[in-house]
Amino acid sequence: MGGKSDAAVVRDALGVGVAVGLSGFAFGVTSAGSGLSVLQSCALSLLVFTGASQFALVGALAAGGNPLTAAAGAFFLGVRNAFYGLRLSQLLALPRVVRPFAAQWVIDETAAVALAQPTRRAVRIGFGVTGLTLYVLWNLTTLVGALGAEAIGDTDAWGLDAAGPAVFLALLAPMLTSAMERAVAGIAVLLGLGLLPVLPAGVPVLVAALAAPVALFVEGRRRGRAHRGDVNDVSGEDR
Amino acid sequence: MNTWIAIGATALGCYVVKVAGLLVPAGVLERPLVRRLAALLPVALLAALTAQQTFADGHALVLDARAAGLAAAAVALVLRAPFLLVVAAAVVVTAGVRAVGG
Repeated sequence: MGGKSDAAVVRDALGVGVAVGLSGFAFGVTSAGSGLSVLQSCALSLLVFTGASQFALVGALAAGGNPLTAAAGAFFLGVRNAFYGLRLSQLLALPRVVRPFAAQWVIDETAAVALAQPTRRAVRIGFGVTGLTLYVLWNLTTLVGALGAEAIGDTDAWGLDAAGPAVFLALLAPMLTSAMERAVAGIAVLLGLGLLPVLPAGVPVLVAALAAPVALFVEGRRRGRAHRGDVNDVSGEDR
Repeated sequence: MNTWIAIGATALGCYVVKVAGLLVPAGVLERPLVRRLAALLPVALLAALTAQQTFADGHALVLDARAAGLAAAAVALVLRAPFLLVVAAAVVVTAGVRAVGG
């Protein structure tokens, strides 16, 4: 039907863009508190522009991780954006020359707003307004947060080292929709904490990521066994 | 310098996966197993990161004010508080416990 007005789409997009854009402040504070300079913090928000990866990277660097190990953890967190892009590319139907520029805005929030729209026009407005608002605010508040953290000095005394894990928990909570997700999360926590004393900084998180393929493999085998059971039953009936 | 290498590698890697989603033909990534894996990877990574950044001090596991902060964030999440309030709850409670506990 497409009965949704442009103004309504813009309102939805602004709501998400403003609310999440302001959390760049938490990133700027965490990043500067982790020992990155204001310039480095701002470069991350401008160039990486996907929050979970940014938090993961500064956390891994603060823990003394090797730069490429730290980047690998951040990269794996960013892989989900490829799947948003896949669905968005069909709905947005952008000319190929525009896609490399639109790509930087393909993140959780723009996908959530755009994919919820009823028409192509609404999808494009939702994606564009959310992307622009979020990009501008996220970068401005990163700058303010990083400057603020440098000004107050010891960010741990203000409890700001708890901002990172709280952000991760807030991102994780809505993903725990079924027993499978909860099992993967539980295994990952055990691996991440259990291996922490024995492996170099940053590596335990990468090993913990293996919880995902391992859980899928176990599920696949279980399903395969059940499936073979069904086939046998059917062939039994045929005879 | 190391920090800039990490920033460069992350920026490049994260941009490449974003562009790939928009440019790659749908069939390549549409296989159910690949989709499931992409959905579960962030769950594993975020869970491990949450636990580590709450309980790690270098290579040692510790129970300190951050755990109280994370518990506050969890309560805020259960109460469906907005994102910034969840983070603020963790920060305020952590700072409070540190101030009281010295």
